[in-house]
Amino acid sequence: MAIRAFVLVLLFCSSLIPSFALYEDQVGLMDWHQQYIGKVKDAVFHTQKAGRKRVIVSTEENVVASLDLRHGQIFWRHVLGSNDAIDGIGIALGKFVITLSSGGVILRAWNLPDGQMVWETSLQGSGMSKSVLLIPKVGGDNLIFGLGKGCLYAVSAIDGEILWKRDMTAESLEIQQVIQAVDGDVLHVSGIIGSTQFGTYKVDAKNGELLEHNTADVPGGFSGEVIPVSRNTLVALDFTRTTLISIQSPDREIILEHTPISDFVGDSSGIAVILPTKLTGIFALKIETSVLFVRLTSEGKLEVAGKIKQPTVISDMLALSEGQQAVGIVQHEDGKIHFSVKLVHDWDNSLLKERIVMDHQRGLIDKVFINNYIRTDRSHGFRALIVMEDHSLILVQQGEIVWCREDGLASVIDVTTSELPVEKDGVSVAKVEHSLFEWLKGHLLKIKGTLMLASAEDLVAIQDLRLKSSEKSKLIRDHNGFRKLLIVLTRAGKLFALHTGDGRIVWSLLLASLRKTEACERPTGLNLYQWQVPHHHAMDENPSVLIVGKCSSSSDSLGVISFVDTYTGKELNSLNLLHSVAQVIQLPFTDSTEQRLHLIIDTDKRGHLYPRTPEAREIIQRELSNLYWYSVDTESSVIRGHVFKSNCISEATNEYCFTSRDLWSVVFPSESEKIIATVTRKVNEVVHTQAKVIADQDVMYKYISKNLLFVATAAPKVSGEIGSVMPEEAWLVVYIIDTVTGRILHRMTHHGSQGPVHAVFSENWVVYHYFNLRAHRYEMSVIEIYDQSRADNKDVLKLVLGKHNLTSPISSYSRPEVVTKSQSYFFSHSVKAMAVTLTAKGITSKHLLIGTIGDQRYLDPRRSLNPSQAEKEEGVIPLTDSLPIIPQSYVTHALKVEGLRGIVTIPAKLESTTLVFAHGVDLFFTRIAPSRTYDSLTEDFSYALLLITIVALVAAIFVTWILSEKKELRDKWSCL
Amino acid sequence: MGSARAPRSSLLILFLCFSLIISSLAFESDELLVDNEEFVGLEGVRSADPVVHTPTPTRSSRKRSSDQDSDSKVQFTLEHAFGDSDFSPAGTFTARLKTSHHGGQTLTKLRFSRNSFTEAEKEKFKELLKADDFYRIRVPSNVLSPPGKEYIISSVKARCLPRDALDEHFVIHMESVNILAVNYGSPGACSYPRQLKLPAKWSFNSHTVLKNSEVAPRAPLFTEDVLGGESLEGEGVQPPERSFWAKYWMYLIPLGLIVMNAITQAMNMPEEQVGGQPGSQTQQPAAIPRGASTTVRRR
Repeated sequence: MAIRAFVLVLLFCSSLIPSFALYEDQVGLMDWHQQYIGKVKDAVFHTQKAGRKRVIVSTEENVVASLDLRHGQIFWRHVLGSNDAIDGIGIALGKFVITLSSGGVILRAWNLPDGQMVWETSLQGSGMSKSVLLIPKVGGDNLIFGLGKGCLYAVSAIDGEILWKRDMTAESLEIQQVIQAVDGDVLHVSGIIGSTQFGTYKVDAKNGELLEHNTADVPGGFSGEVIPVSRNTLVALDFTRTTLISIQSPDREIILEHTPISDFVGDSSGIAVILPTKLTGIFALKIETSVLFVRLTSEGKLEVAGKIKQPTVISDMLALSEGQQAVGIVQHEDGKIHFSVKLVHDWDNSLLKERIVMDHQRGLIDKVFINNYIRTDRSHGFRALIVMEDHSLILVQQGEIVWCREDGLASVIDVTTSELPVEKDGVSVAKVEHSLFEWLKGHLLKIKGTLMLASAEDLVAIQDLRLKSSEKSKLIRDHNGFRKLLIVLTRAGKLFALHTGDGRIVWSLLLASLRKTEACERPTGLNLYQWQVPHHHAMDENPSVLIVGKCSSSSDSLGVISFVDTYTGKELNSLNLLHSVAQVIQLPFTDSTEQRLHLIIDTDKRGHLYPRTPEAREIIQRELSNLYWYSVDTESSVIRGHVFKSNCISEATNEYCFTSRDLWSVVFPSESEKIIATVTRKVNEVVHTQAKVIADQDVMYKYISKNLLFVATAAPKVSGEIGSVMPEEAWLVVYIIDTVTGRILHRMTHHGSQGPVHAVFSENWVVYHYFNLRAHRYEMSVIEIYDQSRADNKDVLKLVLGKHNLTSPISSYSRPEVVTKSQSYFFSHSVKAMAVTLTAKGITSKHLLIGTIGDQRYLDPRRSLNPSQAEKEEGVIPLTDSLPIIPQSYVTHALKVEGLRGIVTIPAKLESTTLVFAHGVDLFFTRIAPSRTYDSLTEDFSYALLLITIVALVAAIFVTWILSEKKELRDKWSCL
Repeated sequence: MGSARAPRSSLLILFLCFSLIISSLAFESDELLVDNEEFVGLEGVRSADPVVHTPTPTRSSRKRSSDQDSDSKVQFTLEHAFGDSDFSPAGTFTARLKTSHHGGQTLTKLRFSRNSFTEAEKEKFKELLKADDFYRIRVPSNVLSPPGKEYIISSVKARCLPRDALDEHFVIHMESVNILAVNYGSPGACSYPRQLKLPAKWSFNSHTVLKNSEVAPRAPLFTEDVLGGESLEGEGVQPPERSFWAKYWMYLIPLGLIVMNAITQAMNMPEEQVGGQPGSQTQQPAAIPRGASTTVRRR
């Protein structure tokens, strides 16, 4: 009976397993969350009124945010959709933040203090044009003017109602500028017609009527933009970029005036560019590296105001009192920045000159926004918001950096991890002794908490203690493998090392190889790889990572690689490659210094071996005939398999270059299928159990091959949004392909479904997510692959006699006998990213991380409607048509990772635990235990309580023993 | 249900084995034609007449009537290459092209005639065997207008083919008249340390299978009340049909212990009653030792 009761208890416990959740007091214990906004595009200060000083920013991650000007914290933030880029921001009525986005189509107003959306107006236009947001400072009509898709609008700032609309596409005017006249009643719209005509329109600001229309011929045409200098003067460069054209349209006529640039600089051979600034009375001309400021005199003549040699960034115009206009100028000079503010009328003197020491790792200055305030001595003070090359945002005031935001981390491209150094002997004892009292106090508090004796303050203290536990932020390797360095590559070409314990930046490095140079115009980082992971015979070496990038976004541009030490954060070496980078293959071989061999495949399908050492070459020569690789051509929907053949003939360093030849190809018919997703298994995944025991004590062998590729293709018509096609015209075909032989192991069509497809491939199963047009719902499907060729190994007699084929090597050239099982489920959520938990040995059950989280158990293809008793025992859940999401199972609990782009899972040393890192605009890190931490005690386990309990028990045993001895003695005596 | 599973899975295996022989698809959709796969096992036929290089789709009755399925014959060549050599014709596939009334075209009744190796080709193949190199084949990606977009290439290590004769196995994945992929290889295993073995007979044993796409199993549709009631709450909460034991074990176990305790006591009591005297003398045994000890002492 006892045994039966035990079994029942077990069953009860097992039914509890799916509920994976966190207690309230565990928040922040092992997770951290960082909020970012991305690279700032535009900033508007709001400092006039008393109260909180703030700056409203719009960023390249499509975020509109309100930042605290004192500390740089986010008051509020809205992440618009990925295709909803912000074109302009401004403040209207002193209480609304206005944003114009999606190419001038959507106008929104947000409440300034709390960020609530007040109204939203969509502007429908047909043409193409710049999008301009104009919020007049004068005039009491509370109008906002917007230009988008060739239409000019006036919108009421109070409720977003469109007051009038004027389609400018009929005039075939390529609108460059929209300016409001001084009195506020007339809008000047100017632009280029064709390429050789300049046109201006005067539009009534009240009702949108065209008042006046003027054109003038510009022989030869313009190059670049037309920049307004004053209310009725615009400047542009002619097509040769040697002559300035100033355009004046005081009344009815347009007066063009040509001024050769050589008038300003004498003999200039360089190409002049007008810097796109919003200044009045002055504009900046960039010739080679120097910047020339040209002022418009009151007579309408142009004259040089000043010249700066160094690379300079100029802020927009800032209107001070009594009609004074100030401009902020920031220059960069060997580790320092010079910030100066000048008045337009008095260019020779500066209002402010400051020198600020700047970290080298932030690179050059990208943008500057200035704002003024009244100092205590009633003079003007200035603060500057500076955007750096690494996308960080810095506020400078009184010659100091007030705060700095690392907003480069909002655009993470790739993530890898690095182990921390092993603890050295001789850690200072004093430190331990110092904290002994603290330790005791902490444990006392914990005991109080456990025994429910703690007061409210004590509880707060306990929580603080747990959160601030210094244990987790140490810079040495821990026993469980929880402490690691997350190496993160951002779009700005900066590398960060984040500590997994608290998310702090351990070091950061702006990669010199990913910065703009003569040879490399627009370098972009592509991927990060673990280059050297020392463990066996190279313990003294520091681990390093390989960064692969290329010079421009075109596919045949030359590659760049760089090696960085992950302990010191120093760039060890960098190479400008002589070939392009199409694909990087991490080989499963390392050399004697534990450097991993990498093959970089170029667009000509040649493999280039790194590191370029004779030893590496020797290793690869041995294995060359067994190296197969595949390429996916999404353009033409062809997948090809390749094998390496021989050394290259043409190149100088042909010892490290290998040509390849095609082995197989899978060609999808272009009229019916287009590749939309390909997924493979993770290289570092470990599979513990090769077989799955099913309910009737039968065994199914998993078909585990590292060379499987999941491909999803969709009808080429279905490329737009969901609902753009009929279900009859949409289909989705999924394939599982062996990448060595090109065999299609499984092929299945989902009729009436469409992408985007997000998929995860792990062990022998694939889970993918798509949209079912017939059911109007998202669906998730699972495919499991089982090996039939080993199915007859179940006979015990055969196993004893050794007649099994379990130990025989598996070759892809054998014809696979596989069985696939598949099932689809409805899923009520859309998915941005998908990942699966990875553990060190692959014993722990897998959890699927779906932007949120699910349990792989629900995606079992063997789930049936009414599971048998045996299946219930095994844990097969009854079949339902949709997958539930239990609110408690969100890994991020109450937090949100905005703009999620990827989820990275990293196995810890402890088998039960996986580290999860999610990145998007925000960063989030936590560790999860899919099957609970069965192999360790929880962190808040009170060892002291255990100890005290044991001591108390032992003492009690002794006391009772003595007492009983005494009693027995007394009894014996009393018997006399 | 559990008893029903075992036969079903064994039936499935049996069916799969069966499908390898006659290769009819297990999960047939009614949208596809019934006999869309055809198996032909041909001994390498040495064709006397020259091989047709370009397939000539001879459509006999295409425009007969729109609502009737029409058939026509179609041919396409298989080409092969030894290692890096150029491709040369190696055989011909012949099939019937069925045009169904809704416009879909499918190939059925695929037949394959393989040209035997010439002496020069035999030599080349022997070289491949020695070098453990690849024997490559290709077919056009569109059977009506070859080569279509591109040729479909497939290859196998030459050492995998020879048994008694040269055994080869084609699985041709089709999508109407387009060939997506050809899985080419030996019909059985080809384990890794590939042994050099020359075939006894220089003729081909060819097996061909045509495969079309399976239709995914539909997500099961449930009525709304089941969905609302169970899938949203039922999964998270304990299953409702917990047994009496599962619910009340924590009360029942102590109860059981108490009962057991009571029973043992009850068992003991009758024994004592049997051993001792009935009625008022039950206290006597306890008194005896003390009495005895005193008597001993007194002695």
